[in-house]
Amino acid sequence: MAKVPVQFTLNGSEKAEFIESGTTLLNALRDKIGDTSPKGGCHQGTCGACSVIIDGELRLSCLTLAETCNGADIKTTAGLAEGGVLHPLQRAFLDAFATQCGFCTPGMITAAKVLLDRTPNPSREDVVEALSGNICRCTGYEPIIQAVLTAARANSQNAA
Amino acid sequence: MELRKDYFADVRKDGLNEIGQPRPRLDSPGHVTGKTAYFADRNFPGMLHLKMVRSPHHHARIRSIDTSEAEKHPGVVRVLTARDVPHNVYTILILIQVGPEDETVLADGKVRWKGEAVVAVLAETERAAQEAAAKVKVDYEVLPAVFDMEEALKPGAPVVNEYHGQNYYLYDSGECRKVRFGDVEAGFAQADHILEQSYQSSPIEHAPTETTGCVVAPEGNDRFTCYTNTQAMFFTLDNASIILQMPGSKLHFVGGTVGGGFGGKVDVIVEPIAILGAKLTGRPVSFVYSREEEMQISSPRAAEKIVIKDGVMKDGRIVARKVTGYTDAGAYSRHSPYGAQKGAAHYPGPYTISNVWIDTYCVYTNRTPSSAMRGFGVTIGDFALEVQMDKLARLIGMDPLEFRFINAYRDGDMKAHRQPTEGAALIECMQEASRAANWPVAEKYMAMSSYRKGA
Ligand code: FES
Ligand code: FES
Repeated sequence: MAKVPVQFTLNGSEKAEFIESGTTLLNALRDKIGDTSPKGGCHQGTCGACSVIIDGELRLSCLTLAETCNGADIKTTAGLAEGGVLHPLQRAFLDAFATQCGFCTPGMITAAKVLLDRTPNPSREDVVEALSGNICRCTGYEPIIQAVLTAARANSQNAA
Repeated sequence: MELRKDYFADVRKDGLNEIGQPRPRLDSPGHVTGKTAYFADRNFPGMLHLKMVRSPHHHARIRSIDTSEAEKHPGVVRVLTARDVPHNVYTILILIQVGPEDETVLADGKVRWKGEAVVAVLAETERAAQEAAAKVKVDYEVLPAVFDMEEALKPGAPVVNEYHGQNYYLYDSGECRKVRFGDVEAGFAQADHILEQSYQSSPIEHAPTETTGCVVAPEGNDRFTCYTNTQAMFFTLDNASIILQMPGSKLHFVGGTVGGGFGGKVDVIVEPIAILGAKLTGRPVSFVYSREEEMQISSPRAAEKIVIKDGVMKDGRIVARKVTGYTDAGAYSRHSPYGAQKGAAHYPGPYTISNVWIDTYCVYTNRTPSSAMRGFGVTIGDFALEVQMDKLARLIGMDPLEFRFINAYRDGDMKAHRQPTEGAALIECMQEASRAANWPVAEKYMAMSSYRKGA
């Protein structure tokens, strides 16, 4: 099958690959580029485990064709910690026991990151709304919501 | 979180190094950084993808299978049928002598549930495997099917699984697991009230966020490494060894990281066929359930029917309990004979009842095989028992919580299956529940104890 070139920035570094036309961004990231932090829970846009940030927007990478991402700036949970220091969201997820099996966690953190980038002091309703596309089968959501609210508070304290 | 240390204070040691101390989970840092390696995060050059051809019928004889078109499909490397599987008929619990072997890895001559695996296709890409699977031609003769447990137990019902010969699991105690304790009929004769009710549940899917699957890599030394999300590593290794007729030393299982299991990943389903594919092609193989397969094909919690007849006195004592339980195994045993047996031990509930009679049946029907799920054999039973307890309390005009205090088991009480009660904590849990829920009970119940004599 004919291959097409794709080139984008992933967590700050340049990536270039030849992929089969029709490859999803999820499969390109996981199988070609080696960033396995986005997970495939359904491959049909219903679970949110594959969530990534494309040019600042939350996207389902299982429903995004890799070839449409030329020149994009893509961010995943794998690139969130800086210099080995956990991002406040990651810290809060750890402390609040907001991960059990962990399969939904990278997608959850990605969705929460987009929320906090736009709404630094979200209400509980804002958090619930922002995470509404992400399924967690283990935690019952409450620890996740608390973790995001805690991270938001930690962020605004740092900024003050 | 609040630890209530006043309960059991006189029989408990505090100041232990680990127990009672909060400890961070070892796996969480991997989860929040995306570094935790799940089986599907392993990718090998040249990896093949396995897709199953599945039965569209609930019950049918297979007249013929034609794989010639599928084999010609571009990208297809190998097509597997029952003939390729060294020991095709197996049952998971044979490892603990719970037989007979009753399930096929790939269907041979017959399918017994809609979705049963018939032919495995291995191809260079998922898409090629999927397209080729659609080209496999299976000629079926549809047979009458049975979906209801009571129908399945009637004489003349279609036989679901010939390895059993009848539509129930034959225990060493006969057609059902039995518990006999005291004299249940004498208990009913003495009771002020008798209440008989029947409770029913449907199958429940675990719906883990990560679907069932494995990745198998052939190693240079003639061994196979299987990366899997099984919840039962050694069960899977030993069963794979039997099915493949391959010594366990040739199999290296890597797992323990499960993206949600809830009991749904204790069956041995994907690994043996994926290892066989890797062996016959010499290539790494990935076999991952689609979301649809996870919801439709993986074993659910069994449907159950539970009939409870209780004799109760006006003062609140339950004096007789008779339970008939039915567990719908679907077409194959998997873990259901064990689940039904657990029910037999559990149906008296956490209550001390002097006259008990229990029969539990593990029934075969043409439904998706059921298996383990969080407290299987017990959870649905608890639903039925506690609803029954509320109804009994209402019947005799008693507070439902006080009614449970009266019947609660305590250390030293003999259970119906003749294990003396040890380490009971029901009284204390109910005392705390009474406080937490602001549901007061009489002082004498708040002074009771599970373990202190006289209290
Ligand atoms: S894998 Fe993309 S939404 Fe589930
Ligand atoms: S932690 Fe398991 S799905 Fe969320």
